[in-house]
Amino acid sequence: MRTIYALTSVIALSTGTAALANEALQQMMDDPTQWAIQMGDYSNHRYSELDQINADNVGDLKVAWTFSTGVLRGHEGSPLVIGDTMYVHTPFPNIVYALDLNDNGRIKWRYEPKQDTSVIPVMCCDTVNRGVAFADGKIILHQADTTVVALDANTGEVLWSVKNGDPEKGETNTATVLPVKNKVLVGISGGEFGVRGSVTAYNLETGEREWRAYSMGPDSDTLMDPEKTTMLGKPVGVDSGTATWEGDQWKIGGGTTWGWYSYDPELNLVYYGTGNPSTWNPSQRPGDNRWSMTIMARDPDTGMAKWVYQMTPHDEWDFDGVNEMILTDQEIDGQMRKLLTHFDRNGLAYTLDRESGELLVAEKYDPAVNWTTGVDMDPNSDTYGRPAVVAEYSTSQNGEDENTTGICPAALGTKDQQPSSYSPKTGLFYVPTNHVCMDYEPFRVSYTAGQPYVGATLSMYPAPDSHGGMGNFIAWDNIKGEIKWSIPEQFSVWSGAMATAGDIVFYGTLEGYLKAVRADTGEELYRFKTPSGIIGNVMSYEHGGKQYVAVLSGVGGWAGIGLAAGLTNPNDGLGAVGGYAALSDYTALGGQLTVFTLPD
Amino acid sequence: MTKMKRLLLAGLVTGIASAGAATDNAAQEARGDSAAVTEENGRYFTADGIPTYKVAADGTVDWMTYSGFRRYHSECHVCHGPDGMGSTYAPPLKDAVEQMDYYDFVYTVSNGRENVDVSHQKVMPSFGHNKNVMCYLDDIYVYLKARGDGAIPRGRPAKKEAKSDVIAEDVNACMG
Repeated sequence: MRTIYALTSVIALSTGTAALANEALQQMMDDPTQWAIQMGDYSNHRYSELDQINADNVGDLKVAWTFSTGVLRGHEGSPLVIGDTMYVHTPFPNIVYALDLNDNGRIKWRYEPKQDTSVIPVMCCDTVNRGVAFADGKIILHQADTTVVALDANTGEVLWSVKNGDPEKGETNTATVLPVKNKVLVGISGGEFGVRGSVTAYNLETGEREWRAYSMGPDSDTLMDPEKTTMLGKPVGVDSGTATWEGDQWKIGGGTTWGWYSYDPELNLVYYGTGNPSTWNPSQRPGDNRWSMTIMARDPDTGMAKWVYQMTPHDEWDFDGVNEMILTDQEIDGQMRKLLTHFDRNGLAYTLDRESGELLVAEKYDPAVNWTTGVDMDPNSDTYGRPAVVAEYSTSQNGEDENTTGICPAALGTKDQQPSSYSPKTGLFYVPTNHVCMDYEPFRVSYTAGQPYVGATLSMYPAPDSHGGMGNFIAWDNIKGEIKWSIPEQFSVWSGAMATAGDIVFYGTLEGYLKAVRADTGEELYRFKTPSGIIGNVMSYEHGGKQYVAVLSGVGGWAGIGLAAGLTNPNDGLGAVGGYAALSDYTALGGQLTVFTLPD
Repeated sequence: MTKMKRLLLAGLVTGIASAGAATDNAAQEARGDSAAVTEENGRYFTADGIPTYKVAADGTVDWMTYSGFRRYHSECHVCHGPDGMGSTYAPPLKDAVEQMDYYDFVYTVSNGRENVDVSHQKVMPSFGHNKNVMCYLDDIYVYLKARGDGAIPRGRPAKKEAKSDVIAEDVNACMG
């Protein structure tokens, strides 16, 4: 009896701390002098209220200090600033540095995990990592080998460690984690290895597993209620996560969860997207392949799904649905609505009601997008919510061993994970995009655990009949579903954007430029060439009364594969082959943090 | 040159700097040591009996080279870049096959290799048990050799010889 009593009081105690921890994290996210979470806040706005650096003076921006990470491969994500400490992470081997902002960035502590190097080649597209999270005095790192580790934010001491997946089966990690209440939510990568995607909640205090929700499988695995979980207002039905698959194919079905998650504390819902179904050969997996390519809204306490929306049923192009879910409260037809805006790889920007999952807007955010004529918006239609696929660009209809040409966008999407920003001041979204098309030839492949399970041949090239570049940086109106302005870029824009109250938007380019543009017009106000291509995300903080802007350089990732050697268009004939820009002519490897401020 | 030396040399051809260095010219004559001397059911071999490519005057490639293009861009290109040109972290294989011979190529793909130290984190896995690679190893080799020799340009070969019945049967038997 005494034991039971003791146990109860421990639970009560830890719940109390967790509630406080969550409040403390919320306060830090509300404080613009800190950057407490990768996406700036729970709503994924990536917006800074700081305005010391603004449209009038950003032209004077200077480098304040720099820091070499000592690692060469692709650097995604951004540092955090908590109090007087900056936390910088690296790609594999996933080093974490705690830098003292009061002492010129002196290294307070560093943590370098020992990971089996065999994880390196099972990471599909470079050994990137999108950064650490902070909660309750802990820095939480999700390593490449799927080990989740909580470090004491003051000392770097390991407080707990848990293994989320098995790299021998191709399960790896590239994403950050989302601390919510007394839990840490983590995803998984490996869609190109036939991994079955899942989101898992671990206890923030102990690292114990609390729930896991798979992207596909029976209801007990997907944590769906056949009656209460809805898609576009209708119940999903019994075992919806297996019903649209042939046989046991859902077991190696993909739908991995490596994107950016958001959280609405009022509705108590967490939002994220699932990736492509495995393989890339659609003929080998008939059906809608639910719930790959899906926006999920789940209760973080139980993991239960409230609503889902599958954007690309039966994917034929590798259009993962993992991109960020941005939460805003905006007026539509004179009514305030709780919205979720999502720029999908498939080239459509979706605006939904995040309480009910109702689809409000679905429009192309690059005019080059051609695989669909648009989404059926008629609630009374049999195909409500489905994109109409253009037969010419359907790799499924054209079939195995047929090369389908001229599909826009390419597999890397009109946008990949590189996160957008939302400015409540302008009501606009600032979106880094790709402007790349492809040929796609699917063919039959066999599955071996821990080996690539791809099944398609791809060629990619800049969107034809356009400006010749491979990217655009756009401002988007999510209510009208319209591009407000668009800046052509020579290469894909693979860096996370940040808008500020200073009426400016920052983003990085693959050549290595940090750029600042006017939030209302897109006019360029500042550029500086950092040592390597930027695939990291811009962040801002204040220290000692001064505003700073920081970004990681270090080219790599998906962009480092496709663009390093330059793209070719096989349909242009021999004359044009090699005629497009090669990234290797502009930049070389190297991880570095560059911190900017105004001169005194 | 010892085998070890050749492997080391291939290992040096790494990274983004070398990725775009080589230029592509229009199809040219196969190098002397890659020249197809014999043909057997749609497969071509050098004087030493090593699998090789065959590019006709009008640009028509043999089936194995075409098949190698497809398999390379499914299995290899996510690390080694389009057209064998390399990426920011994996070497260009069109150059690697110029520095390692056929047997070293087969050995490396089957067993993998590692180059991990303070400034490198390069690891190639073993594909020995991956049928999607091993059943098409010769296809991928002759494709890369044709690329390395400058016998075919970047991109999808426009014209190809038909797939022979024997090649089709062999692939089916291998894939099981």
